[in-house]
Amino acid sequence: MKSTKFTEPRKLSKEEVDRKWWEIGDFFRRNSLWMLMYCTGCCAIELPPAMTAAYDMERLGMGPMATPRQADILLISGYLSVKSLRRVIYTYEQMSEPKYVVGLGSCPINGGIYHDSHAVINQLDQYIPVDTYVAGCMPNTESVMNGFVDLMEQIRNKTAKGWIKYQENNEWYKKNQKAALGEVIIHDEFHE
Amino acid sequence: MLLNILIGLGVAFFGFVLQTSIGGINRKIVGRLQKRYGPKWYQEFLDIFKLLSKRATSHGWIFDFGVIMALGGIIATAMFMPITNNIVAFAGYDNFFIFVYLIAVGMLGMAMSASGSGNPFASIGVMRALTTMLAYEVPFMIIVLTIIKLTGFSSLTEIGLFQQASGNNWFLIALPLGGIVGILSLMGMLGKKPFETYIAPAEIASGPMVEYGGKQLGMLFIMHEITVFIEVSLFVHLFLGGAENIFIFLIKYFLTYTTLNLISNVNGRLKIDQVVKFYYKWPLLMAVTQAIIAIYFGWVI
Repeated sequence: MKSTKFTEPRKLSKEEVDRKWWEIGDFFRRNSLWMLMYCTGCCAIELPPAMTAAYDMERLGMGPMATPRQADILLISGYLSVKSLRRVIYTYEQMSEPKYVVGLGSCPINGGIYHDSHAVINQLDQYIPVDTYVAGCMPNTESVMNGFVDLMEQIRNKTAKGWIKYQENNEWYKKNQKAALGEVIIHDEFHE
Repeated sequence: MLLNILIGLGVAFFGFVLQTSIGGINRKIVGRLQKRYGPKWYQEFLDIFKLLSKRATSHGWIFDFGVIMALGGIIATAMFMPITNNIVAFAGYDNFFIFVYLIAVGMLGMAMSASGSGNPFASIGVMRALTTMLAYEVPFMIIVLTIIKLTGFSSLTEIGLFQQASGNNWFLIALPLGGIVGILSLMGMLGKKPFETYIAPAEIASGPMVEYGGKQLGMLFIMHEITVFIEVSLFVHLFLGGAENIFIFLIKYFLTYTTLNLISNVNGRLKIDQVVKFYYKWPLLMAVTQAIIAIYFGWVI
């Protein structure tokens, strides 16, 4: 005789199962964010107090990492010259997905005090997708920490989708990158 | 036989959970030492599961296969490790030389995989790791062979039981110079601070791990935790008198690892030639002196 006490559990569809796994993964991802710091500008001076005893980033599970393959966040602080933009794009494309970008200071937003320089790009958003900006020239350490907490909230709410945007609008990003950098034909043993 | 294998896998899993928790607690302790709040005690678990949840690129099948070989080799080594006098998966096979030979499988798997990535930093890291190994193995082997000569056993449980017998001291106390050599060699094995030349995040971008990300890095982290478990347990059984029950094992393990970590955190990093020179100068001298004193003169405390 069949028991009437328990109803048969509803069969979950594949999308629902995937979403559940993704939520579990998001819990781990937002509690253990490893950063690759690309510090070209003066805002990098705000990171030592954020990492050491005063604000202690490690209590949120964050920490610096040595290589792009290991990192989750690409932290870009300060202005990007056209020369360093190429390296940022290489670095960003090497990172393993899901990956997030944090822009620190006003230079990645609109060029900051270098907005009229011929050697500097003004909006980082045109070249790689940015998830969180921390505005200010330069931002307080409190706002830097606040930016990281915001990123964690975005991961929880599933709005930190920069890396998906980069896959979907890849042509648009590539077009902007080429317009800024120009096409370079490299002659060496790896590119023949 | 099947039961033995299951117990062995249980030992490896126990080692992973134990070392990952103690590693997290140690991160907290170091944080408090530096007047920080420190991460959660289970932060290392979060890191490992996060890495396993990420997507990863591959650099060819040697790169992928080497990681699996490393993890499998280390789990196979951990299966032979005795935890207490009674909890041994393969009784009678917990010989010291089994660990020396089997741990090389894991290390070589990692070396193969890292070289397969084609990154020059990885090759430099692997070369440094093998050089460091060459440096600390010589004094460590001399001391362990002295212990084997004194006890007449090479099995870890038998050496532990020998030290627990009344009238015998722990070898850390019975062979004081040898104890210092053991601690220094253990720091080299674990890659703790003065001897962490092969990781060196600021210098060669974390050495062998430079091209790993996502799932492969997660597996290497699991492998690293189990390796640390094997090495610290070897020290506990050889120098600290083994363990009568599991609580004594936990206490000895925790104290050993925490002490080494605290020593590590007040030190800088040596260069690779300084590491080799250091090991071939003081620990080797102390090990040979201790061996002569203990075996030819019979002076054992």
